[in-house]
Amino acid sequence: MADDFEAPHWETDVLVIGGGLAGTWATIAAAREGARVILADKGYCGTSGVTATAGPGHWWVPPEHREAAVADRLKRSLGLGDPDWMARILDLTWTSLPQLSRHYAFSTDEQGRVQYRGLRGPEYMRAMRAFALEAGATILDHHPVLELLTNADGVVTGAAGVALRGERPWTIRAGAVVLATGGCAFASRLLGSATNTGDGLLMGVEAGADLSGMEFSNYYTPMQAGTNMARSMSFAFARWFDEADHELDIPAGPDVSPHLARALLKGRLYCRLDRIPQDIREVMPQVQPNFVRPFARMGIDAYAERFEVSLVSEGTVRGVGGLRIDGQLCQTAAPGLFAAGDAASRELVTGAISGGGAVNSSWALSSGQWAGQGAAAFARGRRRAGERLHHLGQAGLRPTGRLAGVDLPAAVQLVREEMGAYDRNIFRTGEALAASGEKLDEAWREIAAHAGGWGRGLLRARETAAMVAAARWSKASAVQRRESRGMHRREDAPGLDPRLASRQRAQGLDRVVTRFEAASPENTSLEAVA
Amino acid sequence: MIEVVIDDRCGGCGDCVDVCPSDVLARGPGGKAVIARQADCQTCYLCELYCPEDALFVWPQTDSVADVTAQQALATGDVGGFRRDSGWDEHAATHTNQHWRMGAIFERARLMAIDAAKTARTEDGRTK
Repeated sequence: MADDFEAPHWETDVLVIGGGLAGTWATIAAAREGARVILADKGYCGTSGVTATAGPGHWWVPPEHREAAVADRLKRSLGLGDPDWMARILDLTWTSLPQLSRHYAFSTDEQGRVQYRGLRGPEYMRAMRAFALEAGATILDHHPVLELLTNADGVVTGAAGVALRGERPWTIRAGAVVLATGGCAFASRLLGSATNTGDGLLMGVEAGADLSGMEFSNYYTPMQAGTNMARSMSFAFARWFDEADHELDIPAGPDVSPHLARALLKGRLYCRLDRIPQDIREVMPQVQPNFVRPFARMGIDAYAERFEVSLVSEGTVRGVGGLRIDGQLCQTAAPGLFAAGDAASRELVTGAISGGGAVNSSWALSSGQWAGQGAAAFARGRRRAGERLHHLGQAGLRPTGRLAGVDLPAAVQLVREEMGAYDRNIFRTGEALAASGEKLDEAWREIAAHAGGWGRGLLRARETAAMVAAARWSKASAVQRRESRGMHRREDAPGLDPRLASRQRAQGLDRVVTRFEAASPENTSLEAVA
Repeated sequence: MIEVVIDDRCGGCGDCVDVCPSDVLARGPGGKAVIARQADCQTCYLCELYCPEDALFVWPQTDSVADVTAQQALATGDVGGFRRDSGWDEHAATHTNQHWRMGAIFERARLMAIDAAKTARTEDGRTK
């Protein structure tokens, strides 16, 4: 790719990779600092990513209630959260959302009060695109990034990718780069996640960044079987039944999924939404217009009939792990590289439990802005010269052996299975995790040695490499955390181990290594009361 | 997956081709949208939302092609339903965005669950 001197080339101060919630906020923040910004999206900025298909609430707490909100969240983070970061995202969420008023038609309630907390996904991301364009950014749609570039000193200095139209390679030289590529859904077909293949995690580690919290990658959401409609609101009212139509004693609440998983391991699982009150049924199509589509089209009366359900893995999307944040402006451990949103570890604000839609959206909005500011400042401080750029991409891009046919769909299926199966990924044991790890290692070796290609094929090879890599970091981290904490549930090590009340880092490509950070005294004392 | 482009409705604006996050659609002969890479479709329905002519139809099944015809799509009565319920374009006045009620709906569910649990305990005779 680097040798193709006909490839389009751009120069900019800040390159933002990924045009979802975090990437658009990063773009806007960097542009406000006076930086020239290019946003490159694998799909289309405005529909890409999991916000566009959802309807996130935010962690929207009035100032007088914030101290209590942080204290509660810190307790539930099970020793891995950081109260200062929680307070920071609460503050920034409160001042940021009203800025969208020119682009998003916020509703008012019956008392005429403007409702800022929750935004409907398609309209939210349409507004964010307009906001980013208004800020002066250049948006490149359908321009997937394949690898990062550095200068001779190892400072991240841009990226290279392929334009889907015409399948032409391109390069961008940038003063700093923000990775906002989203979480990794491990090919689970989760709604809106097709482009969320963990690309940023792989590119970041290749550049010298590390990861944190990758063991927390097993959050599951119920949905109508065979569809992808993982919208959780209606299921908060659900009654659950086995195939013989016996109602199951499954308590409602945020921890319903492991109960559902146990039922699904025994047989088919069904749901009735007949407890949803009439007034909510009537307004549902205008609250969540996508949720009602499968029922309307398949001729199912969701409020009267039972329908089959399954669980979809949300991977690191509603899981927690990602690139480790190494500073107040969302620096990674790689110089010139910043991370935001679901591409970054959210442990600082969620700890060992899912941030759900609300905390994760506030994190995306906040970390995006800090990363954008940090990248703009970093780019300002660099001298510009025609330095030679080094291409960092390895597995899936530049095979170490001869280029040969690798069964990429089989590798994707392996990832989907090992990172999705309820009995391996929800209910974990050291033995099964290690067995998964070995299979994934084998897939990695094959891809690293032989996978590559051209155009869209190259993108697929690279995405597959990224998913396999993310799955390996996840399994390796889960093996080493020999306890149960939050969503990480070890059947062979139930309960918290106070010695492991700390975050765990992961890195490495051909050889994955993990290590625990020292626990902070604050967390250790919390652990004692937990 | 995306199953149908209703050819006589498609006005050839190309918006669906531009907004598809998985680059599934392309412009065919005469500029009309065609399904070029169906297997890549992530069933997000967003192409429907951006189609002012309601010419597209996504079937909820995610893992395989269902071979839905234009006629079958129209028979569901839901072609254009997503754009209508979302209140886009000409539907803005009649289908306002009620998403802001989500928090209150979740709260209703939570309170109902607490009530149900209380009732269950009372029936078990375990409460005073």
